[in-house]
Amino acid sequence: MELILVNLIDGLVTGLLLFMLSAGLTLIFSMMGVLNFAHASFYMLGAYFAYSISLAVGFWMGLLIAPLIVGLLGAGVERYGLRRVHQYGHVPELIFTFGLALLIEELVQFIWGKNQMPYDVPDVLNFTAFAIAGNSIPAYKIFMIFISVSIFIGLLYILTKTRVGMIIQAALSYPRTVEALGHNVPLIFMGVFGVGTALAGVAGVIAGPVLGTFPGMAFVLGSIVFVTIVIGGLGSLWGALVASLLIGWITTFAKSYNIAMSDILNGIGISTPENMSEHPLRDLWTVTSPQIADILPYILMVLILIFRPAGLFGKRES
Amino acid sequence: MKKITKLGAVSALSLIIGATAAFAEDIKIAFIDPLSGPFASTGTNGLHQFEHAVDFMVNDEGGVLDGQTMEVVGFDNKISPKESLIQLQVAIDQGIRYIVQGNSSGVANALTEAIDKHNRRNPDSRVLFLNYAAVDPALTNDKCNFWHFRFDANADIKMDALTDVIAADDSIKKVYIIGQDYSFGKAVSAAANKMLGEKSPDMEIVGDELHPIGKVKDFTPYARKVVASGADAVITGNWGSDMLGLGKSIIENGFEGPIYTYYAAGSGMTAAFGDSAKDRIRLISQGAINPIGSDRARDAYNSFLERHPDGNIDQSRIYNTIGMLAEAIKEAGTADDVVAVASALESMEYESMWGGKLFMRPQDHQLIQDMHIGVHTDEDIEFPYDSSTFGVKTESTIEMASMDSPTTCEMKRP
Repeated sequence: MELILVNLIDGLVTGLLLFMLSAGLTLIFSMMGVLNFAHASFYMLGAYFAYSISLAVGFWMGLLIAPLIVGLLGAGVERYGLRRVHQYGHVPELIFTFGLALLIEELVQFIWGKNQMPYDVPDVLNFTAFAIAGNSIPAYKIFMIFISVSIFIGLLYILTKTRVGMIIQAALSYPRTVEALGHNVPLIFMGVFGVGTALAGVAGVIAGPVLGTFPGMAFVLGSIVFVTIVIGGLGSLWGALVASLLIGWITTFAKSYNIAMSDILNGIGISTPENMSEHPLRDLWTVTSPQIADILPYILMVLILIFRPAGLFGKRES
Repeated sequence: MKKITKLGAVSALSLIIGATAAFAEDIKIAFIDPLSGPFASTGTNGLHQFEHAVDFMVNDEGGVLDGQTMEVVGFDNKISPKESLIQLQVAIDQGIRYIVQGNSSGVANALTEAIDKHNRRNPDSRVLFLNYAAVDPALTNDKCNFWHFRFDANADIKMDALTDVIAADDSIKKVYIIGQDYSFGKAVSAAANKMLGEKSPDMEIVGDELHPIGKVKDFTPYARKVVASGADAVITGNWGSDMLGLGKSIIENGFEGPIYTYYAAGSGMTAAFGDSAKDRIRLISQGAINPIGSDRARDAYNSFLERHPDGNIDQSRIYNTIGMLAEAIKEAGTADDVVAVASALESMEYESMWGGKLFMRPQDHQLIQDMHIGVHTDEDIEFPYDSSTFGVKTESTIEMASMDSPTTCEMKRP
């Protein structure tokens, strides 16, 4: 019972982290119709920038400055890269972001090297907040939850309650009308792209100390972010949140409990074959939930695409 | 008559000059390991240590034989067995007689087969394979051959030493084994299960788990299971970011005991673990750095740091490899006849500057040496890793580990 509570907290942390990445991506995706393959690379840049800044002026300044730099870089990429490529259609845009992801990874290796970076949790937060049945919950995790939830509330407020948010939402669906009303749509796009990448940067800053800061960190998270926004529905902040939490909890629980496939199959009335070593479905019978935990989100995505192609909260139907 | 004498003198002189020219040629060593791609940092660090080792141990001492110097030539194999075979051919075509390699047992398996075949077919251009890091036990068992020498302890020897220490520790009653889901992780798990069962039958293995290699984002759920199992110690063969992620997560989430590992130091990992892993992470390796084995080793490390201020000597066996090769060449009196050099290497006893004796076991060409188990700490550390204050301090030493370990090697000698 206690372990369930611990897993709920762990899954929440994983999910909220995923949310920060997917929130920016889902906004960018729905505006430009382009999958930004380099989104996770901005996450990596966030972690590396924050590490370098934290060496000079401490973790907190890193948390403040690094996302800002990443956001500016993102806005620059939109203004001088994507916008020029845009006129040639979606495929060149896609290839552009793909190349950008590879470029950023090489750059990071060139500047910081290929080793792990000693980017660590700040001393102020380096203690155990509380323990549930011997499982300690680090204070840093509580801090991560706090940051992510504040960002979600902030974004929600800006998008639904402010004038800027209304213009953005309108520009998502009817860019030409919004432009005709006298708003600078390209500027809005640049702003959203910048904010989206800055969010990825924040995620990198706070994930770097726990998940490790190394050149492969973007690659490890890259595909799962896309899965999240597809499950949640394009352009929906709520969708991104729900999908992130769902994925966080599914993977955490699947890894925590060693549920064997044979138990499930026995449970629904199929008996275990006697000679397992020769059985053609041997691998299926012997697989356990931790082994497939990381592909469960993909299975979920396929199911969602079959039964609800627009995603859980997706509105846009074409 | 006078003319003939003159002619004779000139030809004799030119012969002498020709002979010395042939003699003065460098002894070249081909280093075939990844110098680009994801494992480039491991390969490049190894190359730096080899280059320094030949300069420090051989060239600065006046070379071997008649002042012949050694030179290490880097060949990038991108950690691919196929690419390695191409590079091997290039090296042989350049007249290189000595091949060193270590990263990935997959590559080592391909190289040892190819070298065996080449040497049988081309007795005029035979080469020796000096394996400094690939630890797959098969290389000195079923797949052994006369041309392959291993200077690192194989995975079984390391686990044997590790389990000696764990079995002797009365506070450890429950052990959790966790590793990457591929051949090496499985080999570590199998060896740990077997050896702990023999040495300490009442020890309980409370977890034996494999996770996908290089794909786990967050190790927290695994760490929870380790804590929940009530384990007193953890054994893992993880390396790279999997090692750091697992180690950090286990410690952060409340595990109190020691973590026994193979590859949890250097390459940025020591600095990244920092204070959190102090007195927690234990590492099996040959060659002690803290305290350092001898004054000569201290000189070696300091002169290495002059050349590579951010580097680590984390593979001191590289120095043993070069030292023993130089010794064998001296004993054989030639660097060109690799059969003579190999025969001199066989059953060689060598005093390592890192401390302890080394013995090249003739039956399987496995180097028998002292194994050290060190702890990650910042106390009494003369040579820290990663420009941090942390390093590995030797806690216990097993002398001439697994001296009598069985081997299935049936070696054919030329």
